[in-house]
Amino acid sequence: MSKKKLATVWLDGCSGCHMSFLDMDERLIDLADKVDLVYSPLVDRKDFPPDVDIALVEGAVSSEEDLHKIQLVRSRTRLLVSFGDCAVTANVPAMRNPFPVQAVYRRAYEENVTLTPGIPDQVIPRLLPFARPVHEVVNVDVFVPGCPPSADTIYYALTELLEGRRPELSAKTRFGA
Amino acid sequence: MSSTDHVKTLKIDGRDCSARAGETILDVARENNIPILRLCELEGLSTVGACRLCLVEIKGARKLLPACATAVDEGMEVTTNSERLQSYRRMIVEMLFTEGNHVCSVCVSNGHCELQAMAQTLGITHMHLPYRYPKKQVDASHERFVLDHNRCILCTRCVRVCDEIEGAHTWDVMGRGIDSKVITDLNQPWGSSESCTGCGKCVHVCPTGALFEKGRSVAEMEKRRQFLPYLTLMREERQ
Repeated sequence: MSKKKLATVWLDGCSGCHMSFLDMDERLIDLADKVDLVYSPLVDRKDFPPDVDIALVEGAVSSEEDLHKIQLVRSRTRLLVSFGDCAVTANVPAMRNPFPVQAVYRRAYEENVTLTPGIPDQVIPRLLPFARPVHEVVNVDVFVPGCPPSADTIYYALTELLEGRRPELSAKTRFGA
Repeated sequence: MSSTDHVKTLKIDGRDCSARAGETILDVARENNIPILRLCELEGLSTVGACRLCLVEIKGARKLLPACATAVDEGMEVTTNSERLQSYRRMIVEMLFTEGNHVCSVCVSNGHCELQAMAQTLGITHMHLPYRYPKKQVDASHERFVLDHNRCILCTRCVRVCDEIEGAHTWDVMGRGIDSKVITDLNQPWGSSESCTGCGKCVHVCPTGALFEKGRSVAEMEKRRQFLPYLTLMREERQ
């Protein structure tokens, strides 16, 4: 059997879901027999490749860059997995949503800053008006809630997907788990 | 009147059950270990039928009826768990999530929350409705407790326990529809309330992290409700 192409993507999240992914420990070696990790913050590849079988997407869609990335990921991926609470619910990144974006910028780059305060106008991607769950922006195939989902949950979900089954996750994880 | 007049027989999910006249469908289901989901109802408090999670189908009735507020009747045939009911329940819970800012992962009640557990029980893995992200306030003016409107589902357990058990009636509800909120005294900071006795009963009947003890961090707020059936029983005996 040829190996499936797996990608992991990091949008507006804390990377905790990726840490939990690494917590699969020795099971990562089993997984390496079944998948090629073709794109991830954990590997050195700059562009998202075509024909990806499974993409785990961590984080909410918060910035123009996130939006561009998730649309590209969707167009090149067969099974897109909303991976963790930020992707599924927008979670902590969405706590800025009740406030106008300019107020968020001022808070982060002016009010709380002592050294050269100022809102950046280059390099940093511009924020969208709201941080959104991934499925409000593109179609999502599988939802894995949890903050972060446990390594057991991730391993179960991935192995089920690799076997062509839909993981039944409600007994294994929940919002905030 | 013979004792048989006080006994009603009915079917819940195909099971024959007997009940005392005046009992609700929820009471009888509970006695027979038939689970019916609910968030506003709490044993020992009066019934409001606010959350609509306990809606059941009754043969011959055109409407769905709340199990907590519907008295049993002779020959009733009750269905608690059809696909239609489950889909309504999922919709209600999704509305509760999207109308507030619950953010389970950083909530004091994470892991001990009835709303969070409800979502899991119903197999909800994401929201089909868009989140509203309302701007809601947190009142930390009380010496020992905090009210976080972001996590309030308006079950009114706090209102009822304060009025019915503590006898203070510090809590009430103001506003209409989506603007409804619980308030203390005349919509003033909780810490300035003159009627609040600081007993904490409201905090412990609250199903979510909307009411909690100061100093509790994420997942540290476990609610203790043992006092409620005890107090209710004592009062019933006194009467």
